Amino acid sequence: MSDQEYRIQDEDLIRDDITAYLRKHETKDLLRLLTCGSVDDGKSTMIGRLLYDAKMIYEDQLAAVTRDSKVHGTTGGDFDPALLTDGLKAEREQGITIDVAYRYFSTDRRKFIIADCPGHEQYTRNMATGASTADLAIILIDARHGVVTQTKRHSFICSLLGIKHVAVAINKLDLVDWSEEVYEQIRDDYNAFVSRLGFSDIHFFPICALHGDNVVEPSDNLPWYDGATLLHHMESVNIASDRNLIDMRFPVQYVMRPNLDFRGFSGTVASGVVRAGDKVMSLPSRQTSKVKSVLLNGDVIDEAFAPMAVTLTLEDEIDVSRGDMLAPVGNVPTIGNEIEAMVVWMHEKPAMQGRSYLIKQATSLVPGVLTDLRYKMDVNNLRKEAGEADSLQLNEFGRCHITLHRPIAFDPYDRNRGTGSFIIIDRLSNITVGAGMIIDRVVREDSLGPKSKNIAEARGTVRRQDRENMLGQSGHTVWLTGLSGSGKSTIAYEIERQLTAAGRLCIVLDGDNVRHGLNRDLGFSADDRTENIRRIAEVARLMNGTGVIAIASFISPYIKDRQDAREIIGADHFMEVHIDTSLEVCEARDPKGLYKKVRAGEIPQFTGITAPYEAPDSPELKLATESLSAEDCARAVVAMLDDEGVLGADDQ
Amino acid sequence: MASYNLSHLKQLEAESIHIMREVAAEFDNPVMMYSIGKDSSVMLDLAAKAFAPGKIPFPLLHVDTQWKFQDMYRFREKVAQRYDVDLKVWINPEGKDVVGPFSHGSEKHTQIMKTDALKQALDHYGFDAAFGGARRDEEKSRAKERVYSFRNKFHQWDPKNQRPELWNLYNAKVDKGESIRVFPLSNWTELDIWLYLMRGDVPIVPLYFAAERPVVERDGVLIMLDDDRFPLLEGEVPMKKKVRFRTLGCYPLTGAVESEAETIEEIVQEMLLTTTSERQGRVIDSDGAGSMEEKKKDGYF
Repeated sequence: MSDQEYRIQDEDLIRDDITAYLRKHETKDLLRLLTCGSVDDGKSTMIGRLLYDAKMIYEDQLAAVTRDSKVHGTTGGDFDPALLTDGLKAEREQGITIDVAYRYFSTDRRKFIIADCPGHEQYTRNMATGASTADLAIILIDARHGVVTQTKRHSFICSLLGIKHVAVAINKLDLVDWSEEVYEQIRDDYNAFVSRLGFSDIHFFPICALHGDNVVEPSDNLPWYDGATLLHHMESVNIASDRNLIDMRFPVQYVMRPNLDFRGFSGTVASGVVRAGDKVMSLPSRQTSKVKSVLLNGDVIDEAFAPMAVTLTLEDEIDVSRGDMLAPVGNVPTIGNEIEAMVVWMHEKPAMQGRSYLIKQATSLVPGVLTDLRYKMDVNNLRKEAGEADSLQLNEFGRCHITLHRPIAFDPYDRNRGTGSFIIIDRLSNITVGAGMIIDRVVREDSLGPKSKNIAEARGTVRRQDRENMLGQSGHTVWLTGLSGSGKSTIAYEIERQLTAAGRLCIVLDGDNVRHGLNRDLGFSADDRTENIRRIAEVARLMNGTGVIAIASFISPYIKDRQDAREIIGADHFMEVHIDTSLEVCEARDPKGLYKKVRAGEIPQFTGITAPYEAPDSPELKLATESLSAEDCARAVVAMLDDEGVLGADDQ
Repeated sequence: MASYNLSHLKQLEAESIHIMREVAAEFDNPVMMYSIGKDSSVMLDLAAKAFAPGKIPFPLLHVDTQWKFQDMYRFREKVAQRYDVDLKVWINPEGKDVVGPFSHGSEKHTQIMKTDALKQALDHYGFDAAFGGARRDEEKSRAKERVYSFRNKFHQWDPKNQRPELWNLYNAKVDKGESIRVFPLSNWTELDIWLYLMRGDVPIVPLYFAAERPVVERDGVLIMLDDDRFPLLEGEVPMKKKVRFRTLGCYPLTGAVESEAETIEEIVQEMLLTTTSERQGRVIDSDGAGSMEEKKKDGYF
């Protein structure tokens, strides 16, 4: 921004034909976008550059910023474009943006609302806020650093909030000598991890925000780049097809009763199209009627579509009030009081399982209990975090089950932002503490939860703690994994013997005994192995719930399955022990003669030979059986249980 | 087949109407702050649309400093009739007929007759939600303000402790004595306001249009002599100039700009070709960087 002369967009047209200019601007459309990047990626600079180059900065503002640059600027007194956007005094002094700020500018094709979101990682909450209404995300990457953890985090949050369009602005190209190779490397790196995030389009832009290259105007410094400029892309990205015009949903906001002859239902069309004559059902009451008229600003119109704010009248006097939803008969949303959702927590006071909150979804405000925190999501890699989650902290995402006091009408968020989103309000402080996106329950990852919607978990008054106190020990699972013949069973039974001798209640769950009963319907395919492990984990969890120590001895060759077992049982009660015996030694031992049969081709799938064994990366304990006796191995496990406090305070 | 696209202006209208209906449905005793300015005109017109064919279900409140332009007072009465709305006018009884910008200075006058008066009025009527016509593009500290801006019992705003606001789901929960300032025009820009007004039918105060008016120049600002309370300094001679106002407030505190613009089109043309931002004409903002932020923390709109 060395050239600070003031220019006006479309100056000639404004001067010569103001009416034509205004007509153009009256019909332009609207794009909401969000910008995200790490602290020094140049985000504020880029927004400042967009505002400046699109000539949205007045001369007096420019003068004020130039003046402020000398006091607060980080550019050594030179013009600091970031100051065009950093709003609050406190932030200006700290040199960081701490809250979502909204910026406005337009060209003659589009008006843009920019949610300017801070890059600090503790401000996930702000990003989620900005992303909730955005159509497009601009993700800034510093060309010198490439794709970093925060880039991934920001992309994941955008994906979770349902943004479909991503523009990756690779900034500070000037500092890497305008290198095409650097640009391409970053592009490839980004594409490599982003593929499963469900973005419908991703575009890459090499830019230098500070000097304006390829932001609004093409740059001579980038002869190898022949794509659009960032602004041109923002003007042309097609968002019309993102809208759901199929499922008409009309959350009733306000019942209009100006006189005895008129009864209308006001609201904003959340999705779809509604016309006079449409047969509609009111939810959750399920009463039906026909749309008599559609009114906009008091005038009758033919049809209304999202996001128009209209008033509907109905043919029949059915019972409809605020919080109800109108939908076409034959295409109604889910109605229920059990909700599965991805929740982002926005308050210092963590979300607690079992606590009651107010849930605002569409126009309903209903009390609900956070009945189950199934798992947390690691937004750095979009994986489930291991272990039982009993609270959700500020800026964490978690998969939750919420039980509402009354049924509401809803759709999955990925199909309908308007009816699939909700906010969570603390009943005491009235503060918005979280936000959620409803998940379609039939998705694959739901298999960890109950399949039937009607299974409510029965909750008695006796707690796990009570049972554990009775036994003077804690329920815990020792999970032994290793190749066939590695010595798992021998060690398992030795652990059992030692614990029992010490007066502790425990039981061995062994591959062979489980497969003869509970799991006799399962074979050895990958799917069956997974189901086998799932059932065993559930049994171990029940046993642990009674205070019993379960010693599970299974080959359990897949990391994923053991991870699932850890989640089912709860990371705090789970000890993974790798019985680390080499394949050669196992085959030499061959206690059941299985290796011989495999080599003879009699067993088709056998772990370690024809099927994979994925050794644990970081088990709680690794036992090298080739140098330790079974007794020593068992002693090591028992000692570790004791260290964990599982065995109570008594002497052994 | 229909394209089912809404222009940006129609989308903004829909959003504002949605917000107003939410407030009417969820609060016990909302009020619409009415400043008589052009943004207020747009806000009021949208309210009429939101509740048509019914009446606007909440009153208007004008906090009167007694120093507005005479044109504004005339306009106020006309508008209340036109929209058939309950207009409440509040003047701080402690400052009534005593406090003024000349006798007490602009800062004290604004504090007593505007900021304090507003708080008194909200307390007096027990309003739990108050619409304001502020836009986020007006001023930097407004860029971070929510659509629903929470105020404690003392009407204070805490910029560090704002409620997150996602989708179009607004949190209306307040305890007794607390309130929410609601800004349905948050996402409108100055140009959007003019584009809306240009479609006609929505009246605005004539002071927005250029006309010959008596003014004096003080500290480089053109001030209109609107009534005989204006004390001329020694050597000051009122002159007739063709001027208009970009914003409206207390007449001794509002600078006029020389202009030829007599229609909205001409105003927009002038606005786009000028190089100073809107609030420049308001004396109140130039107290120092961050001054608006300080005032807002204290309860200023």
